[in-house]
Formats: sequence, structure tokens, C-alpha cells
Amino acid sequence: MAFQILINIMVAGTWMFLKNDWSFPSFFVGYFWGLILILAMRRFIPGRFYFSRIIAAGKLFFLFLRELLLANVQVVRDILRPKLDIKPGIFALPTDLKTDWEITLLSLLITLTPGTLVMDISDDNKILYIHAINMPDADQAISDIKNSFEKAIMEVTR
Amino acid sequence: MTETVNIFIGVLVLLGALLSLITTFGLLRLPDVYCRSHAASKSATLGVLLVLVAALLYFWFEDNYFSARLVLGIVFVFVTSPVAGHLLIRAAYYTDVPLWKGSVQDDLKKKGQSNIVQQMKNS
Repeated sequence: MAFQILINIMVAGTWMFLKNDWSFPSFFVGYFWGLILILAMRRFIPGRFYFSRIIAAGKLFFLFLRELLLANVQVVRDILRPKLDIKPGIFALPTDLKTDWEITLLSLLITLTPGTLVMDISDDNKILYIHAINMPDADQAISDIKNSFEKAIMEVTR
Repeated sequence: MTETVNIFIGVLVLLGALLSLITTFGLLRLPDVYCRSHAASKSATLGVLLVLVAALLYFWFEDNYFSARLVLGIVFVFVTSPVAGHLLIRAAYYTDVPLWKGSVQDDLKKKGQSNIVQQMKNS
């Protein structure tokens, strides 16, 4: 991915040389043509087309914001309810993510989702231990959310 | 136009303050350290975030001054506060702070004591 961005910036620089115009709009136009060039020649360049990853990262960011809002609605509801009926517990969640970077991102996301908080990660990076504030209604819904998170993170990193 | 923006900014500040207040209620009301950490790491983050965003918008529209430091502050709070919550409850669990009696399940017990934790306890 870094390699593709480097190629793109070099194409933009070449464009500025060709136009003999050293301004930001010129760089932008050159960058745009470089993007199309890489899209056309992606068979010869290793890795996925990097712009699709940037779009996936944008999607992940909005997922982040939406989950933060939902989590807060849920926490406020739990706190302000006159009778405290929570059933906290700790459950284990196996994950397919491999690198430290992916797992860090996943645990950040889980911490900001409704009713869950990462407590520990097993030594072989395969299981996340998560504290849930409401076990019964959490179990099914949470594993669904986790699948969508893991997919969204894999879209970005692989 | 400016009136709408002013009202919007006012609502953001009020929401942020309200969320911080509710976080305080949560800290007082929830039964054990783990549940309290839920309140502290989620609603406190969003509360501070909303107040900072409101300050950013206010100086942008009133003084035409875009404060990059506030944006950085928002990003830093966003990234660090869940990690702080995670570290706190992890430390609490490994120093044998008990779960609330209403807790229904504890899978972390099965993990056993890892070597690092054992060393930490011995030292």
C-alpha cells in the first residue's frame, strides 16, 4: 500500500514537471491521473488497489462514530433506569485477526460498542476476554456485531 | 444563519455537560469497578468530545479561527480513554478485585494465571 502511494506521488511530481506549474491544484490533478494510472495497471503492481482500502477505512470510521453514539444511549438507559437490572459477566470471544495492529483496533471498537469492555487478550492472540454489562441480551447481538467489525477491519488490512 | 449555529453549539455543550453528569451518576450507582468502568470509558469520552467540538465550532464561526489544537485534543481523547478504561479493569482483575455478586459468568478464570502475572504477583 505504501508502495502504491509512493508511485502515485511520483506520478503527481512528474505531472508538475511536465506542466512546469508548481502549485497545489497542479499536484492534485497529477495525483488524480496517477490514481487512474494505478487503477489501469493494477495487474502489474503487487497488492490490492490502495484507494479501495482508503474507502474501507472511511467506512470503519463511520462505524466507529455510530457505535459510540449507540453505546452512549445504552449506557444512559442503564444508569438512569430506576431499578438496576443489569447482569454483568465475562465471556470469551475467539478472533481470527492475526497482527497486533488489527487486534488493537478491534479491541478499541469493542470497548466503544454498547455494553462491552475488553478485559484481557490471551497470550496467543486468539481469544479476547470481554466484560459485558448485560449478558443475556448481549450474547447473540454482540457476536453479530463482532463479525461485522472483524470483516470491516479485514477489508482495510488485507 | 448565525442564530441557528448558536443554538446548535448551545445544544452540543448542554449535551456534553449532561452526559458528563450522567457519567457521575453511573459512577455512584453501578455496583462494581467493572460496571463503573463502562460508564467512565464510554459516556465520559463522548461528553468531553461534544464539549470540545462545540468549542471548535464556536471559535470557527464567531472569530473565523480554526483551532487545530482542539482537533488534536479530540483525536487524543478518542484514542486514549478506552485504553485507560481497559488498563484499569485489567489491573483490577489481576489484583483480585471481586466481581459483583450478580455477575453470571466468568470465562477469564479459565485462562489461568499467565507467567507474567505470576511474576508480577511474586515480586
